[in-house]
Amino acid sequence: MEIPRHWRLKQQRYGLVGEVCPHCDAKIFPPRDVCPNCGDEAKTLYTFSGKGEVFSYTTIYEAPSGFDSNAPYTVALVKLEEGPMITAQLTDLGEQPVEIGMPVEMVTRKMRNDGDERGLIVYGYKFRPAWNMPQG
Amino acid sequence: MREVAILGIGQTVVDEHWEKSLREIGGEAAFAALQDAGLQQVDALYVGNMLSPIVNGQNQLGTFFSDWIGLWGQEAVKLEAACGSGAAAFRSGLMAVASGEVESALVVGVEKMSDKAGHDVTAALATAADADYEVEQGVSFVGLNALVMRRYMHEYGWNHADFGPFPINAHANAMHNPYARLHEKVTPERFEKASMVATPISLLDASPTGDGAAAAILVPAEKVAHLPNRPRVKVAGSASATDTIAIHSRRDPLFLQAAYSSAKRAYEMAGVAPEDIDVFEIHDAFSIMAVLSLEACGFAERGQGVRLGLDNEIGPTGRIPVCTRGGLKARGHPVGATGMYQIVEVAQQLRGECGPTQVADAKIGMAQNIGGSGATILTHILKAG
Repeated sequence: MEIPRHWRLKQQRYGLVGEVCPHCDAKIFPPRDVCPNCGDEAKTLYTFSGKGEVFSYTTIYEAPSGFDSNAPYTVALVKLEEGPMITAQLTDLGEQPVEIGMPVEMVTRKMRNDGDERGLIVYGYKFRPAWNMPQG
Repeated sequence: MREVAILGIGQTVVDEHWEKSLREIGGEAAFAALQDAGLQQVDALYVGNMLSPIVNGQNQLGTFFSDWIGLWGQEAVKLEAACGSGAAAFRSGLMAVASGEVESALVVGVEKMSDKAGHDVTAALATAADADYEVEQGVSFVGLNALVMRRYMHEYGWNHADFGPFPINAHANAMHNPYARLHEKVTPERFEKASMVATPISLLDASPTGDGAAAAILVPAEKVAHLPNRPRVKVAGSASATDTIAIHSRRDPLFLQAAYSSAKRAYEMAGVAPEDIDVFEIHDAFSIMAVLSLEACGFAERGQGVRLGLDNEIGPTGRIPVCTRGGLKARGHPVGATGMYQIVEVAQQLRGECGPTQVADAKIGMAQNIGGSGATILTHILKAG
């Protein structure tokens, strides 16, 4: 079990808290010490809207240990509307086929048990089809 | 810096070696390389390995192997760069000899993967990616490459079947390599029917892992020049470059920037251009990686690497022969050892030892080893003579 690590990441996992660069205004997720856009120091927190679109996706049939019981599940690269890309599972898909460009929004979901079935339940962000998706 | 030559090479069959330990596999390749070089001792040992702390519960592989091989007291260290560990170790050995610090170096790439169950190995392989922001989302290493492949197909309009020539070529070449893991032909029909691991990557897009080790002995080139009946292979170019650890951080996830940078520097160092390369051992862990590597190294335009396969340019008689001993796809991918298999195989081509998949008059060969999903990329160019 890695309780300190899960605790340390709570702002990112539950709130999608990244950074905005005070020098060039680039939005950054995950947070890092050096702005990937201008190379200057970046430490100003910024909360993302959680809205974005699918840049790419894959359905995983052979899962790593810890995720076996969820397979098959779909993981996507989601392009957030503020700019950065994020790796996350898609959820609440129902019968809807996933497509590149599909609008999605962040929700909080159970990720896995850290350890055995009595281990810590890890929660985090996943993305579901956006509710304001155009019909038809 | 002085010129460096490869004096000896050795390798084990890539397989699930249930009866052999990490020690024995690495030792087998090391002893074979020492014997091929006609040496019993070297000044230093460099070991490339990715998974031994997780899968074998063993760290400190430098000393672990110097002790096993009988290089007691000699300098020995392990290098780790995920699946790029083999070439990372080779580059360290190369630097040590080129600088004049040591007179001979043994480099061993070794991986023993079958000691853990499949899903545990899948989890171990994912440690190459970003633990906090990729792995925690449940994405496997195959899944990360699948994300890249899906987007590539979307942007450039290729179908899954268009990637088939890469595994088909790799499997056809491996039929003639006794050290290869797989000896079975793949047809376009079989390729299309293969089951999915992480869509759109199927079992026949993905390389099989395995247990294996490959090794080389490096010495100053001037010491080899006077030896009679000794195949001469020089290291003409070597470069290493990095990209972001996570794919989602890349400005352009469909371009292997580190492949481009390291190949460019290796070409300059060797004084060659892509059209001079007679044989190229690429890091075809997945068919998409083969394609992206060829594009970044200057063999195809962006989005057109797939065409090299469709136009029959990648076979042993093609414009740019790749995976001539089976590649990762069919020789197998014992992750931390793979970079050294590539070096050994390019050396075999330049020594003219490749039988039916020998590239005619091969004089200049390239090997490119990738750690993570394009995160660490090492390019080496070898020359005959």
